[in-house]
Amino acid sequence: MMHYYLHLLLPFKQELLLLMAIFILLLLQIFGKKLQQEWTMQWVNLLLLITVLAGFWQVGYSTDVNAMFQLSPLNAFEKSVLAFATYLISLQAYNWLLHHEQIMEFYVLLFSSLLGMFCMISATNLLFFYVGLELSTIPLAILANFHLQKKQSSEAAFKFIVAASFASALLLLGISFLYGSAGSIGFTEIAAHLIVNPFSILAFVLFFTGLAFKISIVPFHLWTADVYQGSPVTVTAFLSVVSKASVLFVSLNFLFSVFHSLEPVWHTMVLILLLLTIVTGNLFALRQQNFKRFMAFSSITQIGFILIALLGQNIAGSAAVVYFMVVYVFSNLCVFGVIALVAATTGKEKIEDFKGFYQTNPFLAWVLLLGLFSLAGIPPTAGFFGKFFLLLSGAQSNYFGWITFAALNLVVSLYYYLRVVVVIFHRESAAVIAPIQIPKPVQFSFFICMAGVIITGVGSWIYTYIYSLAATAF
Amino acid sequence: MMQQITLQHILLLSTALFFIGVFGLLTRRNMIAILMSIELMLNSVNINFVAFNKYLYPEKLDGVFFFLFVITVAAAEAAVAIAIIIHLYRYNKQIDVSETEEMRY
Repeated sequence: MMHYYLHLLLPFKQELLLLMAIFILLLLQIFGKKLQQEWTMQWVNLLLLITVLAGFWQVGYSTDVNAMFQLSPLNAFEKSVLAFATYLISLQAYNWLLHHEQIMEFYVLLFSSLLGMFCMISATNLLFFYVGLELSTIPLAILANFHLQKKQSSEAAFKFIVAASFASALLLLGISFLYGSAGSIGFTEIAAHLIVNPFSILAFVLFFTGLAFKISIVPFHLWTADVYQGSPVTVTAFLSVVSKASVLFVSLNFLFSVFHSLEPVWHTMVLILLLLTIVTGNLFALRQQNFKRFMAFSSITQIGFILIALLGQNIAGSAAVVYFMVVYVFSNLCVFGVIALVAATTGKEKIEDFKGFYQTNPFLAWVLLLGLFSLAGIPPTAGFFGKFFLLLSGAQSNYFGWITFAALNLVVSLYYYLRVVVVIFHRESAAVIAPIQIPKPVQFSFFICMAGVIITGVGSWIYTYIYSLAATAF
Repeated sequence: MMQQITLQHILLLSTALFFIGVFGLLTRRNMIAILMSIELMLNSVNINFVAFNKYLYPEKLDGVFFFLFVITVAAAEAAVAIAIIIHLYRYNKQIDVSETEEMRY
């Protein structure tokens, strides 16, 4: 009997760990136990790390529990990536959370959002997918409002919730049409019954628009910059790394498996969207003064490059996307970690404020440099290999000319990333920011991120491992 | 002679409601009105679900279940949105979106 229950619960190992954390935090809250902030952070981080490791524990793989949920090796790995990114963000939030009254609520909301993403990734049913998606977005709106004293933060939260609800309304209309044309909400049945006709194309377009809102593909990106600027840096990092990665992982599953029969249709659509995204993201990133806004447009451009891989063959495409997301987690968190630390200690967020940053904070300047180089895709860093595999996967399609055009846009992105580097290493002007004391957890996270940026690039076994996982998924 | 109500009629109704919602979302300046428009869109989708279930696939209740979940989630969304609106009201003493434009391009 015991064995039976264990067998039933093991596929949900990572979700259960997060649920446990949420319930412990809530119960502590109810009984009015006032814990030390530092102590709370420590055990919460430990639990996140266990969740990461649980993904590599090779038990409980299941294809379809009750036609709702599946755990494949690739799914488990994707969840581990998300949990690890959350762990790094949580480490980097140390300075900000140390004096925050609502630290418990912060973690409850953060974990609820992560739990929603886990459900979404493992879903094999549109109903479960929808609930997971909403569970991941609604807490994020509250998190965006976490600078309780700033008006900008509330403004960002309002913009986020309106954009997210509009997106989910479009997505739902798409789902209802899919249900109408396929007669079921299970992924396998939909994949089997979907045929190319105007009705199913309309359903797909609406559905994909909903997803495109979440990963801020141009023309659905208008909320991104404002929300990124207004929210606390920690939440911005979570939005731009974890939230985007989760929706991308899901769309891999949708495009390659569920909507496989509509492939000619979505190829054209993705191609047009990716070109628009790359060009618009690049042009707007050129003129940003606020660092967080700059990162918003930089992340829009990166999404454009990621979409290139979707045009390729399914295994190579998903391996390239997952690999790039691993790289993206490390390189983006290098940058966001420094911004978060500077914002928490000095309150400065403009690019100009980083003038002569190298003179006062050489270590932080190097971290920032490595992150920006990796985002730009300069060879020794992992970002180069990430971009390389994305373009390689896309090059297997027939859209060679367009992909060359997209690759040329990399040169433009090089300009604005290096512009920031020039500002940081400027010798002549006096430094604006005084030397900053780096707390132990933040320092630790920087070492992980820097090691990640180097090792994921140099160690070819990581890509091979992800490729083998992706091969089992299709 | 009485005419039957067909699936087409219901789909027309729900589509009309959905686009009234979109129109409201894009033109209204009042935050509560924006929220109402979103609710309108979600509920028009609910009509779709129930209609498809009733007319096309009456042997299983997938659509009806989906409709129940959508209502629940919409309520949660509205609760969070209203909390944020109240927070904004404390700063502006009004709930017009034109006051909420501190950040721009």
